[in-house]
Amino acid sequence: MSLFAGTWPMLRKEFLHLRRDPGTVIFALLIPVIQLIIFGFALNMNVRQIPTLIYDQAPSQRSREFIERFRAADTFEIVAHVSSDAELYAEIRRGRAQAALKIPYDYADRVLEGRGATVQLLVDGSDSTVSNAALNVFNTLVLLENQRLARVGQPIIEARPAVLFNPATRSPNFFVPGLVAALVQIMVIVLVALSVVRERERGTLDQLTVTPVQPLGVMLGKMIPYVSLGFVEICWVLLIMRVVFAVPIHGSLGTLLLLAIPFLVASAGMGLLISTRANSQAEAFQMAFGTMLPTIFLSGYIFPINNMPLQFQMVSKLIPTTYFIDVTRGVILRGASLAELWTNGAVLTVMALVAVGLAARQFHRQLS
Amino acid sequence: MPAVIETREISIRFGAFTAVDRVSLMVERGEVFGLLGPNGSGKTTLIKALCGLVKISGGEGRLLGMDVRKEAPEIRRRIGYMSQRFGLYEDLTVRENIEFYSGVYGLTAERHARRFASVVELTTIEPYLDRRASQLSGGWKQRLALACAIVHEPEVVFLDEPTAGIDPVARRALWDLVFLLSGQGVTFLVTTHYMDEAERCGRVGYLYNSTLVALGTVDELKRLPAANPPGTARYEITCPNITEMLTMVRALPYVREATVFGQSIHALAETAAAAELAAATCVAPRLIEPSLEDVFVTLTNRIIADRRAG
Repeated sequence: MSLFAGTWPMLRKEFLHLRRDPGTVIFALLIPVIQLIIFGFALNMNVRQIPTLIYDQAPSQRSREFIERFRAADTFEIVAHVSSDAELYAEIRRGRAQAALKIPYDYADRVLEGRGATVQLLVDGSDSTVSNAALNVFNTLVLLENQRLARVGQPIIEARPAVLFNPATRSPNFFVPGLVAALVQIMVIVLVALSVVRERERGTLDQLTVTPVQPLGVMLGKMIPYVSLGFVEICWVLLIMRVVFAVPIHGSLGTLLLLAIPFLVASAGMGLLISTRANSQAEAFQMAFGTMLPTIFLSGYIFPINNMPLQFQMVSKLIPTTYFIDVTRGVILRGASLAELWTNGAVLTVMALVAVGLAARQFHRQLS
Repeated sequence: MPAVIETREISIRFGAFTAVDRVSLMVERGEVFGLLGPNGSGKTTLIKALCGLVKISGGEGRLLGMDVRKEAPEIRRRIGYMSQRFGLYEDLTVRENIEFYSGVYGLTAERHARRFASVVELTTIEPYLDRRASQLSGGWKQRLALACAIVHEPEVVFLDEPTAGIDPVARRALWDLVFLLSGQGVTFLVTTHYMDEAERCGRVGYLYNSTLVALGTVDELKRLPAANPPGTARYEITCPNITEMLTMVRALPYVREATVFGQSIHALAETAAAAELAAATCVAPRLIEPSLEDVFVTLTNRIIADRRAG
């Protein structure tokens, strides 16, 4: 008897289930759209228009010039002028402002006399992204002001940074390629796990075990439909990314889709592994949910992996999304080719084989 | 002719718990064998072990002459199994369910066409072919489950409480199908809680607390010495105020046991005290044959009493 006995009828049946339950398909295609809208339009990692207070202790021509240049940088939005330290702290504590520019009363005199004036930026550190951006921009502004006042003509060293691959540092370019990977992995794991456990709950799995169907047949029959659905979802998100968010794909779409296959199989394999341990759909869902947070936070989707402590970097290495994000960002943003990305494909293939192999062993133990 | 189902001292243990304890039985071709016993007595576990779903811890089980432990794959192709939960896909139509199981058993296209027509005709499910299984009544679900379980022409069919929760007309219809098939040489092993169903079976086994405590034809069981202790007889007492009568009868020293049966009481009493019983109840107790239920009640009580004594 073939090891794959029963694959074809299982597969046919699974597609029938999917057709009978359009909710699953709609869900799979609608969720990314919602996520894309949230991440694409609502969230922006580029900090702009920080509400800022001005405390100019002795308004003068010099201080007004500096404030004008400060305002011109899009990073700060002046929301109020205050006239005491107490007022300044109160406003920040109340949350009306996240930063305050304080110019001491002797600023103009010291600048004129070349005695070394000070300006102070007070930043609310409770949001580190905002405070970092504020400090960076402020330092640059002060540097430029120094150069201007020194009137030494050409500066000796001029900084000329260039942002490669995402020159406008647009958020969608960063988020969407990661979103494809994270979302599809979660969806495939959940759907595969639920579809097996549903059969266990309804007693049809017991019925299958008295037939000549082999564990591998059951597993392939369960995996192929959801791997296909995941593939469709990847194409769908890429389409929205390209058309709605105008994120260009610099590399080859073929490379991306080729490497998607081991990624999808690895995810489906994890779903199968969960299904062998869960006795109810609720339990399966909880376990699948357990994989969700690490996938979102440790895969590099939002936070860079290099900044994580070593233990967490190890965890991130066990998540298929980590490797596929490298592929999507590589192909879409950097135009990387298969020659540069094949290691990800290799790791994903190994993961797929291990997950499916472990699940098969577990199934075999349960079914016979 | 070799037995179709044969177990020798078969035991199934889950850790420290013994679900089936040294059960030996034999079922021949075309027989309808009834397996009875309270919930948790090991009926389902025994069936699962014979189907290769549960590991056998001791003894031997043979199906169609094959060892259930070693030849499970071959056995699976030649047996049918219908559980209390039916194993149907509710969102699939009747046709799709039958087609799925036919595919799972690897039937060729011609054989599938022939068998599909045959099980549809047998179960008369034709009018519902394009209806979803979820929309069928319990009786039709059960017929569909049977159709799925026999689409591959199994030689042995296991029915695990096939009629639980099904109305009497549908129950009767299912039993008619079972006898039709057994007439064609299909062997059945059926578990049930219904005594009327048990009485239809050619032979019956009674499992109690994981052990097979009685085995034989219905008539043999009714004549078992254990169920008919010497010096006693069974009487039927018919009266209007049955509950009060039961309390009174149970208190009589020469009555071993008494249970309600519909409109009357069945009492196991000493034959020497027949006249006293008649006097005490003010009606004429009628001497009767024990019913199958009487037999099981007496056997169960005896086991409990023996255990207390020993």
